[in-house]
Amino acid sequence: MEKFATLTSIAAPLPETHLDTDVIFPARFLLLPDKKGLGEQLFNERRSNRDGDGPRFVLDTPPWNQARILVTGRAFGTGSSREQAVWSLADFGIRCVIAPSFGEIFFSNCFKNGVLPIVLDEAAHGAVMAAADAAQPLTIDLEAQAIRFQDGRTLPFAIDPHRKRTLLEGLDEIGLILADDLADISGFEARQRQERPWLHLTREQLGYLDDVGEELR
Amino acid sequence: MTGRTLYDKVWDSHAVKTYEDGSTLLYVDRHLVQEVSSPQAFDGLKAMGRALRRPDAHVAVADHAVPTRMRDKPLPDGLAARQVSRLVDNARAFGVPYIPMNDRRHGIVHVIGPELGFTLPGATLVCGDSHTCTHGAFGAIAFGIGASECETVFATQTIRQTKQKRMRVRLLGAPGPGVTVKDIILALIAKVGTGGGFGHAIEYAGPAIAALSMEARMTLCNMSIEAGSRVGMVAPDETTFAYLQGRPLAPAGALWDRAVAEWRTLASDADAVFDREVELDVSAIAPHVSWGTTPEETLPVTGAVPDPAAEPDPARRARLQKSLDYMGLTPGMPLKEIAIDRVFIGSCTNGRIEDLRRAAGVLSGRRIAPSVQGIVVPGSAGVRSQAEAEGLDRIFRDAGFEWRASGCSMCVAMNDDRLAEGERCASTSNRNFEGRQGKGGRTHLMSPEMAAAAAVAGRLSDVRDLGR
Repeated sequence: MEKFATLTSIAAPLPETHLDTDVIFPARFLLLPDKKGLGEQLFNERRSNRDGDGPRFVLDTPPWNQARILVTGRAFGTGSSREQAVWSLADFGIRCVIAPSFGEIFFSNCFKNGVLPIVLDEAAHGAVMAAADAAQPLTIDLEAQAIRFQDGRTLPFAIDPHRKRTLLEGLDEIGLILADDLADISGFEARQRQERPWLHLTREQLGYLDDVGEELR
Repeated sequence: MTGRTLYDKVWDSHAVKTYEDGSTLLYVDRHLVQEVSSPQAFDGLKAMGRALRRPDAHVAVADHAVPTRMRDKPLPDGLAARQVSRLVDNARAFGVPYIPMNDRRHGIVHVIGPELGFTLPGATLVCGDSHTCTHGAFGAIAFGIGASECETVFATQTIRQTKQKRMRVRLLGAPGPGVTVKDIILALIAKVGTGGGFGHAIEYAGPAIAALSMEARMTLCNMSIEAGSRVGMVAPDETTFAYLQGRPLAPAGALWDRAVAEWRTLASDADAVFDREVELDVSAIAPHVSWGTTPEETLPVTGAVPDPAAEPDPARRARLQKSLDYMGLTPGMPLKEIAIDRVFIGSCTNGRIEDLRRAAGVLSGRRIAPSVQGIVVPGSAGVRSQAEAEGLDRIFRDAGFEWRASGCSMCVAMNDDRLAEGERCASTSNRNFEGRQGKGGRTHLMSPEMAAAAAVAGRLSDVRDLGR
């Protein structure tokens, strides 16, 4: 995973609230097979006019089409667990999303993809939104847990220590668990088989699915 | 020491270890695998040369992208066919049981998990799908995860989690005629908002719970995510045990007795403390319908479309106006005057046999309005065959509905079942988001009987006005 250290960019202002993952990445594109290239479908239905005259979606409007930070309203990324919502933001170039609140699954998906979601209270959020509107660059310093404005003001933000480390070091979570916790997992499984054997399906039980046959294809 | 909640008990029994920062490595007993959230996870395993830690803990099925008609032929070549094929190949390569789309055990993951007895009380269960909270109806900790987390579960059978706060929703009283658990959960979401359960694991409790069937409890827990919570649970009781006993993957014989003895201890202790408590008097609830583009934008069907001009807060006013614009509604218009084009009965929320029985009860001897096109999509092949055995398919067909094969269908609109731009649908599904049922489509969420009543009237209507 790409490491996240310090990011300096203008921020795209998208003040709408309740932008759910269906709006971020419409379901019909979930048939696309890969993680890469999904920036094309990001907010697809809002982007009917990508390069013509007339009103364009903020992420198609210079200078914000170059923004690597998105500032948006509350309840961003609620709904479906589709990680495509994060993949499409990352593919578009967005590495940080700032909102008063997030959908929980979206929030945790961000950390698996080098994207930093920041929760700010109303006052702080308003200040960041104003800077975004004015296209003033912001610096996101993850190590210091601070957002720095062009005029020198800074705003602190909170982040879970483990998630911070994951982003800073670009850690492979699976690798970490396999390296550090396998003995604990094996020990747990052995105990569980003794204490709650019904939680482990037997070969006989799974035999119920032996006659399923082939998929039509 | 104060008592523990249901959530605490299941959590504690699955904590492999606690890290320095207080987070927990949680053991995952069961994982349901579908075609949308798994391909990238399997790719990740292949890229790193990793195997599944326990292939016996997963069951795979394609539910999102499969068509609901012409199932006797292979999917026409295209993205959906390739996505399903990829799941078949991955399941085979990694040794996971796969249920084909025409098998008698096929269905939406959240319908077949319980049908198989794969879902058990006191277990942890995950799936790359946000409606995994459905399985909490059995007293399991069940939650939706992203594709990366699916990969973690495949490789390690665990997931690192921070424990949620505990929230109890007490349901008081008994619902009136025509009022279902769907109305109760919609009313709850309207009350607490789509962020109401954020950061919390919800336990549904109170006197109204005991009277709910397992299917009703599944509908209730299913929409916990729409209240902002990944986890919604109900303590297991005799209703739970009666549902599970004899299911193919449920324990049997002496093991069953041993399991039930433990399951009886899972209920929250009398002195357990919740971080948040909410009460809802269900006897005061009327049938609900959503009017906007988030599930909290829901009202009793006797109400009217809200007027943004009456909202003092500018942000809320803008939000209301945006919803009304998308939904094509006029402020002050009675909800019962909203004409509809389509009706969808199905989904992991309301695609089970009791849902179909109730909708058929409304439709029996009636015809749907000529302007309305309706489909019924049973949540599983098992539901479909049970409905056919009871003659429900005949009632739906005679009323003018199409009778389809199992899948997610028009709840997620990844197959051909979708709304055209501007079409308006009375839907028993769970999300009324913009474009959820097709680009530019307009969704009104409601119960199966309310959807049936809307189909007959050709507009949103109060099922209680129809009589019976």
